[in-house]
Amino acid sequence: MSLRYTSRRIRPGKLWSPPTCLNGSHTSKVTFGWQKCRSVASTASAEKVLFPGALNSEFTNTLNFLRPSNKKAIPTYRVLDQYGEVLDKETGVDTEDGEALTLYQNMVCLSIMDLLMFEAQRQGRLSFYMVSAGEEGIAIGSASALSPSDVIFCQYRESGVYMQRGFTLDQFMSQLFANSKDAGLGRNMPVHYGSKELNIHTISSTLATQIPHAAGAAYALKLQNMQQPGVPPRIAVCFFGEGAASEGDFHAALNIAATRQVPAIFICRNNGYAISTPTSDQYRGDGIASRGAGYGIDTLRVDGNDIFAVRRATKEARRRALEDGGRPILIEMMAYRVGHHSTSDDSFAYRQKLEVEDWKRRDNPITRLRKWLEGRNLWNEDKEKELRSRTRKDVLKAFERAEKEKLPPIKHAFDGVYEKLTQEQRLHIEELKDILQRYPKEYDVDQYEGGVKSLDQLLDEKN
Amino acid sequence: MPPQTPSIRALSRYLLRPHTSLHPRCQYRPQGRRQSSAAAGARLNGTVEYDTTPLLHHTSRAALSNPELPPDIRKGQTKRINLYTAVNEALRHALQTDERVLVFGEDIQFGGVFRCTMNLATDFGTDRVFNTPLSEQGLVGFAIGAASEGMRPVAEIQFADYVFPAFDQIVNEAAKYRYRTGTTGVNCGGLVIRMPTGVVGHGALYHSQSPEALFTHIPGLRVIIPRSPVQAKGLLLSAIRCNDPVIFMEPKVLYRAAVEQVPVDAYHLPLDKAEVLKTGKDLTIVSYGTPLYTCSAAIAAAEKDFGCSVELIDLRTIYPWDRETVLESVKKTGRAIVVHESMMNAGVGAEVAATIQERAFLRLEAPVKRVTGWATHTGLVYEKFIIPDVTRVYDAIKKTIDY
Repeated sequence: MSLRYTSRRIRPGKLWSPPTCLNGSHTSKVTFGWQKCRSVASTASAEKVLFPGALNSEFTNTLNFLRPSNKKAIPTYRVLDQYGEVLDKETGVDTEDGEALTLYQNMVCLSIMDLLMFEAQRQGRLSFYMVSAGEEGIAIGSASALSPSDVIFCQYRESGVYMQRGFTLDQFMSQLFANSKDAGLGRNMPVHYGSKELNIHTISSTLATQIPHAAGAAYALKLQNMQQPGVPPRIAVCFFGEGAASEGDFHAALNIAATRQVPAIFICRNNGYAISTPTSDQYRGDGIASRGAGYGIDTLRVDGNDIFAVRRATKEARRRALEDGGRPILIEMMAYRVGHHSTSDDSFAYRQKLEVEDWKRRDNPITRLRKWLEGRNLWNEDKEKELRSRTRKDVLKAFERAEKEKLPPIKHAFDGVYEKLTQEQRLHIEELKDILQRYPKEYDVDQYEGGVKSLDQLLDEKN
Repeated sequence: MPPQTPSIRALSRYLLRPHTSLHPRCQYRPQGRRQSSAAAGARLNGTVEYDTTPLLHHTSRAALSNPELPPDIRKGQTKRINLYTAVNEALRHALQTDERVLVFGEDIQFGGVFRCTMNLATDFGTDRVFNTPLSEQGLVGFAIGAASEGMRPVAEIQFADYVFPAFDQIVNEAAKYRYRTGTTGVNCGGLVIRMPTGVVGHGALYHSQSPEALFTHIPGLRVIIPRSPVQAKGLLLSAIRCNDPVIFMEPKVLYRAAVEQVPVDAYHLPLDKAEVLKTGKDLTIVSYGTPLYTCSAAIAAAEKDFGCSVELIDLRTIYPWDRETVLESVKKTGRAIVVHESMMNAGVGAEVAATIQERAFLRLEAPVKRVTGWATHTGLVYEKFIIPDVTRVYDAIKKTIDY
């Protein structure tokens, strides 16, 4: 940022005046943290000079640059190995069998929905879609370890969060088809889900903008936690990819979250690619996790293909986030983006098919949990077949229902921009209505609920 | 005002603190070789006489006669304060009456570089009034998040020139939040973003800009620029109460200069009404913020010289703006001039002029004239040539009347 100055020019005359605050004679009554330390700052014989910018730094006589490349990479926490075996038998798995089965069913349901909707888009019945393949465990696992009242901000590849919290197949389909039952009133592209009841904010396409939102929301929750001691405390959780972490908003958010000590968990899905850009073109440090320390944030790296590790990490992060009134936590969940970036992307243009197949076969969150379930005799081939055919039918039914619905009323093109319609908007609505009525053959208004009449309804509403 | 001989006290004060004025009542008189100083012998381009301008309420009676004020306020007390104090009082009242209100930004805690948040941190605690890291996109994003969870944040951008890092958050997030969330009903309407704006005599490129036209192009935002302490207080309180995100731009040159009688108690002014400051029958001038004082001086000179009668309208809310008041006036006078500091192309004046052309075409007797900043940046020593001054407005009146 540039030179900051006051409304007055600094002139030599000011030197003769008593020391004042920037803009007048008033001295601040607020004591700052660093001011308290200043009194001990520099005695002549001090071993440490307390620079306000780095209070705990000691002097050294050796010229020693910190070389990140010499450091060992941050380890990745896991509970299961890739064969579904628990590694630390003593601690074991803190998930009940019944719950593990639900998680598994949700992951399978998500992957089947992804498969079908991807195909639907290929057939042109849907404008756009994004799959979660390879990252089902991160979304479903972390959502299952949070309180339902915790506020969540997503990027777009977290459909599992919605599914785990109880977003129904009908709600998914209504949003994807932007029909009259879509909570977003048909305004957003597919996959931009949102739900007030489930405390998940509506997704926007702009990358990383939700990260500072999560910091601000967590600050609001912190104040509300203090104001309502009887109500169970809440935190904010924010998901984003490793590509989004290169945006300025990531830096701004983590920094402000740390300085304001907000109860928030920042979950990075590091899946190796941002569209076609591999992580080697995205950053040169040790992933995203290594940045946490720089902001003074407790950080952990987790195996995203291990749903038990994801759950335990999230639970512990939530506990820590609420400690001492609040503090931010960063978790980097490692994964591999098995699917294409979106339906508008063919990922084999920039990576080997073999590499993808390898990841699909060798390690993915669904098969790993299935192996664990089978090891405990909770699951078998018959149950698998039954689950898959039932889920496929459920998805297709919801799909057909949603496809038959009309589009939302045209009036929703205008309302909701402001709390109330503006005078200017009224003029525009009247003009549009006039056009629609005089050129009826040019527009297909009947596929919108209520046709042209919905505009009249809007104009009749009280200002 | 006739030149006064400064008293010994004033002189000694000047030696101690030369940045304050020799003239105790007019705190913003420039001294020495200042970029905004007028040429010797100038008749039109003098310094603005904030002490006597009819745009400010110099008596308690004048302040309370404002019909927009609620009846109980009109029976109440007033006191003489400047614009930054009015902003401070509005923030204080909002913090006092609504525990959801938060005030934050860069250097807020000690009172702000323009003193708008003086003593708020000590009185309301640093949980509600606090410094943020130096990151505009971060603090605006933070404010949007807090607003979406039910708070009413008042974020400050230190200068309007530095709002651009936060542009993505304002345009793509704040403005679209309510619209894109649909029936979930989540919104960030509690948000107010305050920023000092406009030229200040020596602000050069990055302490002078008026980016209001960039915000008026965004559906979902309200853009407000007050011209005086009374307005700053009433409009800021309305902005904080309003359920739409508001960009509140404070002309920084007026922070100390504009002093007037302001009701002591809290009051709200409407966010969709322009104000007719002076009625006239030959010509309408539409402006907002600081240039209104320039217009007022130019009108006084022009009316004396040409015997015309000019109507002056303060837009106050730049978007959504009050088309009806402007059109009614132009239909009456048949001539219009729009004055603003920022550049002409695609500025606010373009929208006002186009609207007048569209809806008052048959009543127009002259083309709508725009008196605005030229198509350049505000180079330090060139400011007085770039920003509309009394001479340019005076000349525009002359040309439009003679057309």
